Amino acid sequence: MSATDPMTTAPLRYVYAITRDGAGPLPGGLRGVDDGPLTAVARDGLAAVVSPVADRDFAEEPLRARLEDLAWLERTARAHQRVVDGLTGADGGVLPLRLATVCRDEAGVLRLLAVNHDRFAAALDRLDGRAEWGVKVYADPADAAPAAVPAARPASGRDYLRQRGRQRQAEGAARQAAEEAVRSVHDTLARAAEGTRLHPPQAARLSGEPGQNLLNGAYLVRREDSRAFCALAGELAGRLTGLRLSLTGPWAPYSFAATAGAAEEAGSR
Amino acid sequence: MNEPIPAAPYTSGYAPGDAPGAVPAARRIALVDLLDRLLAGGVVLVGNLTLSIADVDLVRVDLRALISSVSGDIG
Repeated sequence: MSATDPMTTAPLRYVYAITRDGAGPLPGGLRGVDDGPLTAVARDGLAAVVSPVADRDFAEEPLRARLEDLAWLERTARAHQRVVDGLTGADGGVLPLRLATVCRDEAGVLRLLAVNHDRFAAALDRLDGRAEWGVKVYADPADAAPAAVPAARPASGRDYLRQRGRQRQAEGAARQAAEEAVRSVHDTLARAAEGTRLHPPQAARLSGEPGQNLLNGAYLVRREDSRAFCALAGELAGRLTGLRLSLTGPWAPYSFAATAGAAEEAGSR
Repeated sequence: MNEPIPAAPYTSGYAPGDAPGAVPAARRIALVDLLDRLLAGGVVLVGNLTLSIADVDLVRVDLRALISSVSGDIG
């Protein structure tokens, strides 16, 4: 760190994840948001992995504005993910926190550990040794229009209506077939997983992926079963017609980190 | 441990064989996949211990930011 520390006088503490205390040293060379140094703040057998962040970015007011800045959001999200990924493999598991979980100071981090001790410990037990895999299925845009052989020019209004009816029927059947295929993919993967969570389908204009996103699933899988899960996803991908499957992972179990106590606390809002 | 996971079209945040702490720079994951998890997943802490950010706000903000980035008018 240089003499002119970029942090203002009162750095806040960005909390990335909870691990077991004594899970091993933090990976060397791993840095946090804005290249901040990581430390583990430990209490009662748990540790919060934190780094200092500037209050000019992360205090409540500026943070709201910052989140509207896509470049900043991406930088922060990638830094968060890098830290959580870097911790993956720590003994006793890694419990990732939501983006931009920020405490005022180290005392706040310690209180956070104390107040949430039991639910953090229970979640670590539940998620230790598990990874999350993401599976998305898209309609292949090339297949979306069912090989529309240009119909003969309708000779009459009745002809026209008949043609339209047939076309709608074909589209309906194709859509139903796609839905069934997607359900079958999800059911098959769910049987190979300990848990599933469906995220809302991604809008094509956000993902840049061609074709409508029909499935955006997360699957919680034991690490030793990950290879088999990937092979299964590959097999399913190969069987699909008119649909495209993509697999991401292994992720830290973000989609399964919600803990029982969270709902109660959130309920107070 | 050393076998690669199935090849493309798969993308991966990091490979199963990576040592803890390996920086997965080469395999870049889509921001939208990342935000699905970082904004809708992870443990949510709300209360006077932390600066509280309601998840509803985040998702809304996130989408607006992403949409404006795609349409090219972010600034």
